Amino acid sequence: MSTVKVLGSGCANCRRLTDLAEQALAELGRPEHVEKVTDDGEIAAYGVMTTPALVVDEQVLMAGRIPGLASLREALAERLAQPASS
Amino acid sequence: MTALAARARLAEERHPLWLLGGAAIGWFAVYEALLPFWNDLLYGAFGVPHGPRWADALHFFCYDATKILLLLVGIIFAVRILRSFLSIERTRALLGGRREGLGNVAAAALGVATPFCSCSAVPAFIGFVAAGVPLGVTLSFLIASPMVNEIAVVLLYGLFGFRIAALYIGSGLLIAIVAGAVLGRMRLERYVEPFVLQAAAGAGGPGAAEIAPTWSERIELGREEVRAILGRIWPYLVAGIALGAAIHGWVPTDFFARYAGPDNPFAVPFAVVLGVPLYSNAAGVLPLVEALHAKGLAMGTLLAFMMSVVALSLPETILLRRVLRPQLLAAFVAVVAGGILATGFLFNAVL
Repeated sequence: MSTVKVLGSGCANCRRLTDLAEQALAELGRPEHVEKVTDDGEIAAYGVMTTPALVVDEQVLMAGRIPGLASLREALAERLAQPASS
Repeated sequence: MTALAARARLAEERHPLWLLGGAAIGWFAVYEALLPFWNDLLYGAFGVPHGPRWADALHFFCYDATKILLLLVGIIFAVRILRSFLSIERTRALLGGRREGLGNVAAAALGVATPFCSCSAVPAFIGFVAAGVPLGVTLSFLIASPMVNEIAVVLLYGLFGFRIAALYIGSGLLIAIVAGAVLGRMRLERYVEPFVLQAAAGAGGPGAAEIAPTWSERIELGREEVRAILGRIWPYLVAGIALGAAIHGWVPTDFFARYAGPDNPFAVPFAVVLGVPLYSNAAGVLPLVEALHAKGLAMGTLLAFMMSVVALSLPETILLRRVLRPQLLAAFVAVVAGGILATGFLFNAVL
């Protein structure tokens, strides 16, 4: 299992990215769910300065943008740990 | 259909610049054709009479809605592509270790050029503190970024012309520079929330990977931005244009000239106060501003109103409260409001 997090303090954009990521994970048939990180200090610890940001296995995948569903799915598929190794 | 889409995608990847050029030409052609199109359709084909109030309002609504939509799509897309050459991480590196003064000027200019939404004010503030950017310089950035935004500037240009847009940019930058410099001089660092320093000490991390995007990725970014912004603001936009159309049709021509003309000293402060809770986005307010201007509201008052709407918004103030203690936040609002008032009075006197 990988961990997938959305960083952002609950603005409309963060909710949008969370929904998109959930949808992309579901379409990929992945068991993961999105964890929300809203604490300002925790967000800063990732070195992120624009929200919403997407973090996979503690690595920042993208920040400050809301990707289209297709490119999000592609990016996630590339980064998520293979099911066998989980 | 899918074959066609796949070919379009291939063309975009292979010849992104040609595609952009073609899109730009198409955009200009449609933009130029809008006014004759609505004139022909409404007055010609539908036989709408010239003169009645509802006809004026209808024409205003149709023409403005399509014109503003087209302007927004073009501008948001183009500006996002231009901004993809810069990132907030680069901006921070450019501002780190700068002194107040020149640093404020650089911060205001970068505030305009950096892709940044005020909803990220808190993490950006922490990141700037972590990089040793002085408080006043950071504040210059945070003032300029929403105030001189592409939507406000290009809509001002589209609706009022070059001179007003240039005045707005100039005074917006000046307010950001001066307000940041003044606040920096006041040595208010102790009024930054203590947790910011801890968070800044723990900040760092790799951040998002710094890889220069390809041209087709830049186009993708532009498309994302158009979708995200229009998706967020369209209700305000429609409401603003509808209200503007109503004012256009039914409010008497010299109404505001009589009650809120340039010599009424309360007009500018009233406009600024009114603008604070009205956080809709420049796109919702400008059609309203255009209609108010046509009814004689003074230009300085209007510019002050616009600036207040975008730079002194309630949601952003609430966000900033998380990193600034009340004393510093109050000083921030007071200095920015002061700058906006001065701009309003100055332009009412000069224009």
